[in-house]
Amino acid sequence: MPVLGKKEKEVLFHPVFDNNPIGLQVLGVCSSLAVTTKLETAITMSIALTTVTALSSFFISFIRERIPPTIRIIAQMTIIASLVIITDQVLKAFVYDISKQLSVFVGLIITNCIVMGRAEGFAMQNPPKLSFLDGIGNGLGYSTVLLTLATVRELLGSGKLLGHQVLPLVTEGGWYVPNGLMLLSPAAFFIIGMLIWALRTWKPEQVGSED
Amino acid sequence: MLEHYLSLGVKSIFIENMALAFFLGMCPFLSCSKKVDTAIGLGVAVIFVQTMTLPLNTLVYNYLLREGALAWLHPSLATVDLSFLNFLSFIGSIAASVQLVEMFLDRYVPKLYSALGIFLPLITVNCIVLAGSLFMVERDLTFGESVVFGFGSGAGWALAVLALAAIREKMRYSNVPAGLRGLGITFITAGLMAIGFMAFSGIQL
Repeated sequence: MPVLGKKEKEVLFHPVFDNNPIGLQVLGVCSSLAVTTKLETAITMSIALTTVTALSSFFISFIRERIPPTIRIIAQMTIIASLVIITDQVLKAFVYDISKQLSVFVGLIITNCIVMGRAEGFAMQNPPKLSFLDGIGNGLGYSTVLLTLATVRELLGSGKLLGHQVLPLVTEGGWYVPNGLMLLSPAAFFIIGMLIWALRTWKPEQVGSED
Repeated sequence: MLEHYLSLGVKSIFIENMALAFFLGMCPFLSCSKKVDTAIGLGVAVIFVQTMTLPLNTLVYNYLLREGALAWLHPSLATVDLSFLNFLSFIGSIAASVQLVEMFLDRYVPKLYSALGIFLPLITVNCIVLAGSLFMVERDLTFGESVVFGFGSGAGWALAVLALAAIREKMRYSNVPAGLRGLGITFITAGLMAIGFMAFSGIQL
């Protein structure tokens, strides 16, 4: 018997393209825009968020029958906040420079709607193993968008990928004139808007209602 | 002194706008900006909560959490550094104060309470409230500064959401490509607004 059944596979891969947390559910957008000027920070952020989502879903689902419904938000918050504290301490200990660049955004994983949304919307009704996979799946969906954004922005904005010069800059004798706008905040909005456009043209059933 | 506070206020409203320069509070920024009425309610609630919780968290941080902060309790506690607990205690104090504000308004200003309605509890999980407190730690703001920064960042966010809602109400009459409808065009509008707000960054204070 394979490790992952049909249901597990669906839970894991469905959020990547079909039900993307950023593209379709409008969850967790804040951090996705701010940390994507460089691929490096985006990767760190993706890993951090995926870990927190998966583990928080797992633990919350574990104790879901013992949480009184009236205080469930506080209980979820406590679990999430503790996990984020651990993540933050780990990042500070092992990748101090990146953790400095991420500044407040690691802490903001607590209020990232993806984490809360999955805890409330999935983990409270499903067993721990499925919830864990669901957390990973949504983390992957988030990471896909984050990494795409960061690749585009770093490549066009400074001609680099992961700090290595890919497109030689004019200032250094090459041919590429960097597009400074890509490193500023408006570009993040534009690219994510385009990304959603592309995703919805590819999968027309996701087209939103006219508002 | 007044000048310093004034420039901090202007900076937090326009130049370092929470929504358009730091991308904070994006989820309600995008999802609650379909109507101007909703945007006003949410904006007022955010200003209110932000002005309340930021100074409170400054006190919590300076007298309980930061290194040596517990010295007022007993000299032997001067080396205790609880700052790693800041996420947990900030979110706790935010949740608690939002609850208190809600009960207070319900009892004494029922009109405002019914106007803000469901927005108040939602603000607990709005990132700008927590982000405000984390920025306070990072920038080492004093109590007075945190009051100004709290109000300013809340007002800046409210301004942005209000403007976006007004644009979206107008946009209902325009012909947007199918895949771009709804979320996509909202992002692009927000991007254009961010460019507009970048004009403020030339202000020298």
